[in-house]
Amino acid sequence: MSEKHIDEVSGVKTTGHEWDGIRELDNPMPRWWIWTFYATIVWSLGYVIAYPAWPLLTSSTQGILGYSSRAEVRNDLKAADDSMGAYRLAIKDKSVADILADDQLRSVAVAAGGAAFKVNCVQCHGSGAAGSQGFPNLNDDDWLWGGKPDEIQHTIAHGIRFTKDDQTRDSLMPAFAEVLDGEQISQVSAFVASLSGPVRDTSMIEPGKTVFAENCVACHGDNAKGNRELGAPDLTDAIWLYGGSEQAIVAQVRAPRIGVMPAWNARLGETAIKELATFVHALGGGEK
Amino acid sequence: MQDQDVTRLEAVATNSAANRQPLYARRTKIFPKRASGSFRQFKWIVMAITLGIYYLVPWIRWDRGPFAPDQAVLIDMAHRRFYFFFIEIWPQEFIYIAGLLVMAGIGLFLVTSTVGRAWCGYTCPQTVWVDLFLVIERYFEGDRNARMKLDAAPWSFTKLRIRIIKHVSWLVVAVLTGGAWIFYFADAPTLAVDFVTGNAAFIAYATVAVLTATTYTFGGLMREQVCTYMCPWPRIQAAMLDETSLTVTYNDWRGEPRSRHTKKAMATGASVGDCVDCNACVAVCPMGIDIRDGQQLECITCALCIDACDDVMGRLGKEHGLISYSTLNDYDANMAIATRSGSCSITPELIRKPDGRFSEKLSHFHIRKLLRPRTFLYFGAWSAVGVSIAFALATRDRLELNVLHDRNPQFVLLSDGAVRNGYTVKLLNMVPQPRTVVLKLDESFEGASMTIVGAGDANVLETDVALEPDRLKTIKVFVRADPQALDGTTRSFSFVATDKATGERADYTATFNAPEKRK
Repeated sequence: MSEKHIDEVSGVKTTGHEWDGIRELDNPMPRWWIWTFYATIVWSLGYVIAYPAWPLLTSSTQGILGYSSRAEVRNDLKAADDSMGAYRLAIKDKSVADILADDQLRSVAVAAGGAAFKVNCVQCHGSGAAGSQGFPNLNDDDWLWGGKPDEIQHTIAHGIRFTKDDQTRDSLMPAFAEVLDGEQISQVSAFVASLSGPVRDTSMIEPGKTVFAENCVACHGDNAKGNRELGAPDLTDAIWLYGGSEQAIVAQVRAPRIGVMPAWNARLGETAIKELATFVHALGGGEK
Repeated sequence: MQDQDVTRLEAVATNSAANRQPLYARRTKIFPKRASGSFRQFKWIVMAITLGIYYLVPWIRWDRGPFAPDQAVLIDMAHRRFYFFFIEIWPQEFIYIAGLLVMAGIGLFLVTSTVGRAWCGYTCPQTVWVDLFLVIERYFEGDRNARMKLDAAPWSFTKLRIRIIKHVSWLVVAVLTGGAWIFYFADAPTLAVDFVTGNAAFIAYATVAVLTATTYTFGGLMREQVCTYMCPWPRIQAAMLDETSLTVTYNDWRGEPRSRHTKKAMATGASVGDCVDCNACVAVCPMGIDIRDGQQLECITCALCIDACDDVMGRLGKEHGLISYSTLNDYDANMAIATRSGSCSITPELIRKPDGRFSEKLSHFHIRKLLRPRTFLYFGAWSAVGVSIAFALATRDRLELNVLHDRNPQFVLLSDGAVRNGYTVKLLNMVPQPRTVVLKLDESFEGASMTIVGAGDANVLETDVALEPDRLKTIKVFVRADPQALDGTTRSFSFVATDKATGERADYTATFNAPEKRK
């Protein structure tokens, strides 16, 4: 069916194909379309020469421009790093307290620290740094090992009870189940609970106070306000790491759960740790 | 009759329906003859005004003080500000620009429904620049006949020289066109120096290059093809015309039957119309059409054919207006008179009184015909948008306060039993002067106090915040409330920011969250 056929109405040659008497006109392409088409061919020739194009067995032709999208990402990342270079140097040189006092540096450090926090810390402390049972809330104003800028920095750098680090925060609460009998443990727990709220059996408070004075003041202090040197928590406030009910206190006195935090110095380096310390301090609970 | 004064031009309307080439054929060049007359005069004036606005506006200075640029009209992309004389627009205020675009749209409806495609014929950049390019072409190559002759002539040194000079001149205009555009986006005097010394940003050179290319191609090479094939407006505008819109019309009720030899025809007693078929209207048409074919999509209503025809009619001692701005209604009414309502041939004698003057029965355009419900409606909508924008601009806030409650944690329990919530407070100082505002908690929130990270004392009821000119200031605010003051789990309260100097005030109602059970 490919003989020459001229459409009678338009006088235009048809493609020679026919479907139930309908024939397709073979009009030439518009000139602009043809030109554009040729232009894309010319463009593609240049492109194939300039850029990676033909697939080979294990790689591809590289193109004379030597372009690579990986190199572009590398450059972008380096440019991003370089653009923060001045801030990074300033953060490295200054103490966390000084960084906190400088509006510009603080906002940079808080942003960078926030990013580092999301990668390294949220697994235990939660994405909002609000912690959970056994993992301290970093937003509040209650600090086990101190809430001043350099104290926070030290804790992050060296960890808590992290044996591989010489300067790690270290202490150990003994299991009083081996020292005290059940009665005494109930009494001291009632006393501790009474410091921050009502208890069920007020008659236990007085004997509990005696047990506390004999066994606990060494670490938690005469007034039960705790001791940050030893990471001994303040027992008079509303904040509890392992729960503030009498039952939870009994469990903690009998067989204390002890948290461990790794030292981040080796992994993150000083600058990132300062940024993290700034971030944690600026969460709202930081002390001066 | 003095038709010896009128030379007949061998002009072919290359783009009229009868002569139009298929799309794949080479474009047939058009050599518009220079027209002169009142519309040409008007177009020169419009051209001077529009080009003047385009080239000069970026150079107007407007003092805004030391903290903002002093360019009257500036689109500052880097800082995301738009300056227009005394108005400064932030990105979130783009609604005003949207309003202007709505006005431009409705304005176009209004103009089109009254005076037809006036936008196309007088003010469209394509029209203005093609006109400008034609001026250059005529200057170097001469008017229509000279240009046609040159075009048909074989290549010679003279032809080459003239062509090169013409194209170089076009390119200079194109570069200046692209060059003027970039001055709207940066401080014009600084950019001008930077541009010339090679210190401007790459984007500036790229923009000028692209606009040079488009101006040269559209204005010099493509011309009427842009209007006919690329532009959607002819289609849209044609749909907005109605029978009371003014359009450029060949009044064949007085022109037909056209005759090249009026005297001879009259001597034989044949009836002849006013059209002497001199083709002047075709020769001046930049679109390459014959207006005598009636309304056509290609016609941009530049009215140059009116000038050309009026000139001929004047020399023949006939009334002007054989081609004129006319409405379809008037045309139909007059046509009915000329054709005895139904006959298919036009009898020119019917529209004239025995003494040769026009019959009183003829309809003429009157400005009152423009006043009709449709135009009132357009004008009403157009001015309503305008008044709304003006009102909104006059009463808009220049100090804004936005508060974002911390998502996580929702609240923090403090060691003394108090509850703390964190907020990101954003203060927008939208004037180019530094300001100090007092940020405070509303009085209804008893026992509450706030602490701003990195500034001022802890636990205060109000605090001063210094705002930089024309900047957004983001601060982190912790609000602390005593448990006694919290009766439910959440409550709302307001942050209030007040300008110390002017008293301008902004507030934001925020939520304070607290735990359901407190130990």
